[in-house]
Amino acid sequence: MLSFLFRRLLQTIPTVLAVVLLVFVLFSVVPGSIVSSMSDDADPQVEMRLKKQLGLDEPVYMRFGSYIAKLATGDFGTSFRTREPITAMIAKRAWPTLQLIFAAMAFAILIGVPLGFIAALKPGGIVDTIAMVVAVSGLSIAKFWLGLVLMYLFALKLGWLPSFGYGDGGLKFLLLPAATLGVSPMALFARTTRAAVLEIMTADFVRTARSKGMSETRVVKWHVMRNALVIILTTVGLQFGGLMGQAVVVEKLFSWPGIGSLLVDSVLQRDIPAVQGSILVVVLAFLAINLLIDVLYGVIDPRIRYV
Amino acid sequence: MTGTPLIEVEDLRIDLDGGGRRVAAAEGVSFRIDRGETFGLVGESGCGKSITALALIGLLRHPLSIGGGIIRFGGREIQHLSAARQRELRGNRIAMIFQEPMTALNPVSPVGRQIAEMFVLHKGKGWREANQLAVEALASVRVPAPERRVKDYPHQLSGGMRQRVMIAIALACGPDLLIADEPTTALDVTVQAEIIELMRNLCAERGTAILMISHDLGLVANVCRRVAVMYAGRIVEERGSADIFRAPSHPYTQGLVASLPRLGSRAALGRSRLKEIAGVVPAITNFPDGCRFNPRCAQATDICRTVAPRTDLLDAGGLVRCHHHA
Repeated sequence: MLSFLFRRLLQTIPTVLAVVLLVFVLFSVVPGSIVSSMSDDADPQVEMRLKKQLGLDEPVYMRFGSYIAKLATGDFGTSFRTREPITAMIAKRAWPTLQLIFAAMAFAILIGVPLGFIAALKPGGIVDTIAMVVAVSGLSIAKFWLGLVLMYLFALKLGWLPSFGYGDGGLKFLLLPAATLGVSPMALFARTTRAAVLEIMTADFVRTARSKGMSETRVVKWHVMRNALVIILTTVGLQFGGLMGQAVVVEKLFSWPGIGSLLVDSVLQRDIPAVQGSILVVVLAFLAINLLIDVLYGVIDPRIRYV
Repeated sequence: MTGTPLIEVEDLRIDLDGGGRRVAAAEGVSFRIDRGETFGLVGESGCGKSITALALIGLLRHPLSIGGGIIRFGGREIQHLSAARQRELRGNRIAMIFQEPMTALNPVSPVGRQIAEMFVLHKGKGWREANQLAVEALASVRVPAPERRVKDYPHQLSGGMRQRVMIAIALACGPDLLIADEPTTALDVTVQAEIIELMRNLCAERGTAILMISHDLGLVANVCRRVAVMYAGRIVEERGSADIFRAPSHPYTQGLVASLPRLGSRAALGRSRLKEIAGVVPAITNFPDGCRFNPRCAQATDICRTVAPRTDLLDAGGLVRCHHHA
């Protein structure tokens, strides 16, 4: 187990390097720079001076080399825009993003998984039909539109919840963005759970369980759930990664001060160190969650052993 | 054969619902098993033997259902019992072991727990006591080091060990009837013999009757006192197991017996090809009129193609469903 973890951690290094390289290359080929975004008609001399100051006059491979060297010591660099250390910027914004993603995930799991279970127990029944309509709509709705509709309904019309912002970080500020972000994974979990349960219900060991004289409820509780969990867990793991990407849209929409909105702002302003830093953190979080999921597999399914 | 038989099946029909069209996957199935008796049901794949067993234990699932007939267990009709009443019998009085020990156990649950469930379900035990009883149950099916084995998961056990666990589960509550559906088909031949022996001994000790289902006539005749042969959803012959080898009456049974390979037969009979029954079993939706075996039967005459034969009593004891039985 320990050696498995160690190897998995080592494997993240090339992934991180590849991501850093990719972002570096992308930003050296796209037109525009922090300098041109600051002033449209700057004096060429001022522009040169700025570039020198930020180290942008050096060739891209030199910049890449020095960035990696600093990164190895845990230094993410300083923002072009605010001259703040990137680590500090990210640290400030990590918590709101975590809050948002975990709240969205909790929303998706707590509604989606039971919905899928209930739907599977009576396939073709009324609950199943409703659940699958909800699921398909949930997957198809565009987040920015759904967010606006929720804002309109709960903030503007009903006045129950604040329409945007982080406020004091309380639950009522979190609800709308989390629901907006959580709807599509919820729909996906409902579908995956339903499919998983339906498949497991036809397994031989379920027939054995029935032959023991168990009620259907017990069959599900004692024999289907844990087996379904293995499949559901995979989807949950994959969705975590997806959510981090989708959080960008939702954070921007609700002016949520997280890493996603930092990323968008930094891209627009060509603040390369900030972009690098945010992407890196997202990638690391993604890898960490995948590792956690892999470990959880072993907890749930005894057939999985780490060597 | 005195007193009430343990289980009595009368004119059982099992329907297959094929999108609005109902066909009988099995019909006119009648037999009885006495307490402690061993009874075999033999036939090719798709002849209806497994669904007959599932009907007895109340596990037919859509598209299959009981279309008619009576199943009496201990003198009481059970085919129309409520789901809850059926569950009291299932596992408790009537238990079943299945063909595939690889997949018949839950892969993510320790085998001890899967045995212990029986005591929780039917004997009102708490988990602690049930787990203790599971160790004993595992010991009774001769699994070495049962107190350690209960914590094992199915994938850690061999096929033979898993089937022992299945037997331990099935016999946990001391049922009156054990249905064994191809219990050794998926196992090595050497393990097969062990498992059959174990099953037979345990059931004999406890007075549990066995309904053994197999495509292997030799195996069934070896284990069971009486054997019924099924073909295309009907029982075609029912005999004492010694008689069925000595003087099979139905042409299908004759074919089955002739197709068994025998040691030494080559020397005695010269170079002879293993006999086979020409043709294949008809599809459920396409059973022939009259006797269902007639297209494959060498002795078939006109009446066989039009009139379904009745079940006749044989002078030597036993039943046969054939117009021209020997």
